Amino acid sequence: MELIAVFLPLVAFLIAGLFGKKLGHGGCQVVTCSAVIIAAFTSIGLFLDVALGGQAYTTTIMPWIVSGDFSVNWALRIDTLSVVMMCVINIVSACVHVYSVGYMSHDNARGRFMAYLSLFTFAMLMLVTADNLLQLFFGWEGVGLASYLLIGFWNHKHSANAAAQKAFIVNRVGDFGFALGIMAIFVVFGTIQFDEIFAAVPDHAEMTFSFLGHDFHAMTLIGLLLFVGAIGKSAQLGLHTWLPDAMEGPTPVSALIHAATMVTAGVFLVARMSPLYEYAPDALQVVAIVGGTTAFVAATIGLTQFDIKRVIAYSTMSQLGYMFFALGVSAYGAAMFHLVTHAFFKALLFLGTGSVIHAMSDEQDMRKMGGVYKKIPVTYALMWIGSLALAGIPPLAGFYSKDIVLEAAWADQSAWGHYAYWMGIAAALMTAFYSFRLIFMTFHGKPRASEKVMSHVHESPAVMLGPLMLLATGAILAGFVFYQSFVGSSAHHGADHGKGHQVEVVEELHEAAEQVGEGVHNISKNVTGADSVEQHADAKRESEHEEADGDHVAWAKESFWQDALFVKAENDTVEAAHNVPMWVKKLPLVMGVLGIFGAWLAYIKYTDLPKKTRANFAWLHTLFYNKYFFDELYTKVFVKNAWRIGRFFWVYGDQKTIDRFGPDGSAGLTQRFAGVLSRVQTGFIYHYAFLMILAVIAILSWFFFKSGLGV
Amino acid sequence: MDLLTEIGLAHYLTLAGILFTIGVFGMFLNRKNVIVILMSVELMLLAVNINFVAFSAYLGDLVGQVFTMFILTVAAAEAAIGLAILVVFFRNKGTIAVEEIADMKG
Repeated sequence: MELIAVFLPLVAFLIAGLFGKKLGHGGCQVVTCSAVIIAAFTSIGLFLDVALGGQAYTTTIMPWIVSGDFSVNWALRIDTLSVVMMCVINIVSACVHVYSVGYMSHDNARGRFMAYLSLFTFAMLMLVTADNLLQLFFGWEGVGLASYLLIGFWNHKHSANAAAQKAFIVNRVGDFGFALGIMAIFVVFGTIQFDEIFAAVPDHAEMTFSFLGHDFHAMTLIGLLLFVGAIGKSAQLGLHTWLPDAMEGPTPVSALIHAATMVTAGVFLVARMSPLYEYAPDALQVVAIVGGTTAFVAATIGLTQFDIKRVIAYSTMSQLGYMFFALGVSAYGAAMFHLVTHAFFKALLFLGTGSVIHAMSDEQDMRKMGGVYKKIPVTYALMWIGSLALAGIPPLAGFYSKDIVLEAAWADQSAWGHYAYWMGIAAALMTAFYSFRLIFMTFHGKPRASEKVMSHVHESPAVMLGPLMLLATGAILAGFVFYQSFVGSSAHHGADHGKGHQVEVVEELHEAAEQVGEGVHNISKNVTGADSVEQHADAKRESEHEEADGDHVAWAKESFWQDALFVKAENDTVEAAHNVPMWVKKLPLVMGVLGIFGAWLAYIKYTDLPKKTRANFAWLHTLFYNKYFFDELYTKVFVKNAWRIGRFFWVYGDQKTIDRFGPDGSAGLTQRFAGVLSRVQTGFIYHYAFLMILAVIAILSWFFFKSGLGV
Repeated sequence: MDLLTEIGLAHYLTLAGILFTIGVFGMFLNRKNVIVILMSVELMLLAVNINFVAFSAYLGDLVGQVFTMFILTVAAAEAAIGLAILVVFFRNKGTIAVEEIADMKG
């Protein structure tokens, strides 16, 4: 079953990629969409089997590399962590595939686009199902490649090509750290199989590396190196500059790769390596601080941007920051929870944005939008759902996950935990503000687009709205459906009590998941049947409410996560998160509401407020608007110097040394030599004749002297 | 003295050597005409023939004279071909002056 879930997208990619011309665009769309939809159902089945019911297992496919002590297999590690990721990837990917059929309907290369999407899906699945670090790295690079291809999909645009290259090159920096981390792990453990590493971690907990006369704690070093990879892939502060530029790609790409799945690979990596990170508290501290800072900084930048996709891109970066500081305080379950809910509502927001852009004739600047909510009511409603979820308003998904993340940060009771908490609170305020700034600027107020554009504004076709509905269902429900399993409360910690309830919850989840499955089925069968999905959602909402009123149960870590996540008992912040003071729990919600209210004040009520604020805090606005001058700094420090070094080597190393003495040198020498020799060829017959006679005389003389006949 | 009164092998060989040397010098000191070169070649062949005949008589072996007949035949054919080439060359280039023929200059 796991083979179908993982390899079907690959098959679809190969068919659509190799035979795309024969199949035509329609054929490619059918092949890739159906493959990914089947894969999505299969992974839901796996989720039910593995996460809720059975045991984790590993399927070995074939040996890959065997060299001395070093051996790697192609293998699929199916445990709760990977099936959760597989569900997210395949469901979002299926939505994006179907959505792309509508969104890219005017593109001349839409078959190729679908093939790339399937390639990405396959690579991402390989990443999350890897049972060793090398296979994970394979998937890691695979998604990087797919990301590059898709960002630069519109390759006639110079900016898209530049953005694709930037994403690839910035990721190289992170991947270098990741590769070093893998090597360090091999040096320390002698293996890169997850099981063997995790089993050996406690024995190596105190090991140190000696480097340049300093002793480094091995686990911390490994943790930091792997985190460098995560920083690159997940666009954390420092290596984040590629993410906003990646918005040059088509919007479905932004939704799938740069919001829901690929950028969360770093979060997944740290969660996967949790048994190792638990023995590297210093590395976790760095993770928490970087995450908290990113959440804050990205939110401040998001406040000032005008490109609708960039606002959401910075929001993604900020939310990834949340996930990382949750990881940093050992709340892996909370981080994964936020990952899942975020995947739904952020993909919804991005695809909704795509619908808006589609309606506005490819306009992305919010200053040229406004006043269109009556013309595209469905998109408008869906954007509201997404934004409310992002802002953390109950009962939507973002509320649950953001709360548990922030509570866990507070519950860590450490300086960096508190730092992350306050950064997160500030970011929550700004998140709500910019999300609704986006809503208000895009949909409300006076229309600022030209007459021509306004007359063309139209609701998107059903093939685009269907996936949006499904994602909206996820954005509404994912929070309280999965809350108990991922990070469930432990108010009553009695073991029997907990277990008894656990079974119930599992059963209920089974039902819920089946309902969701039906919903998916409905949509894929009949995309226009949006109403039925809504009904499903309503029905489920009621049933879930009833469930939520019941008793709390113990954190389902043992039965849900099984061995996929490892937390030392004394670090268990998810446990502690349920016992934080009331104000800690309520503050994120207050901030969310305040932010929305603020946005309403500034963009609906007193529309000159933003201008005044900008005037009063000009330097702050300049800083935020220019993204903290990261790009300028990097250009000055790295890009220009890299050019300078490159130019030096080009001119002095290549042209003036290698070329001069190498190819050019030998060619020049030959030519001069040949020039001298050619002068011998005078062309006069008597010269040749004379030479012949001289030669004959010479040969004869030599012959005579040699044989002793000479005088 | 025998050398002066009686014509012996040495005289024939000397004559052949002189003829050959004239042929060689005629070939590469000549700046005027390709025909002169052909004539020089003929001269050198004749010198060789004299050598053959002289040694044939001296050694009492007829093979040398047979060879001479062959060489004369081949030389005649060669002269005919050489002159024919020369005629064609003249038609193309309008000259057969050795000084002006330098097409093979590198």
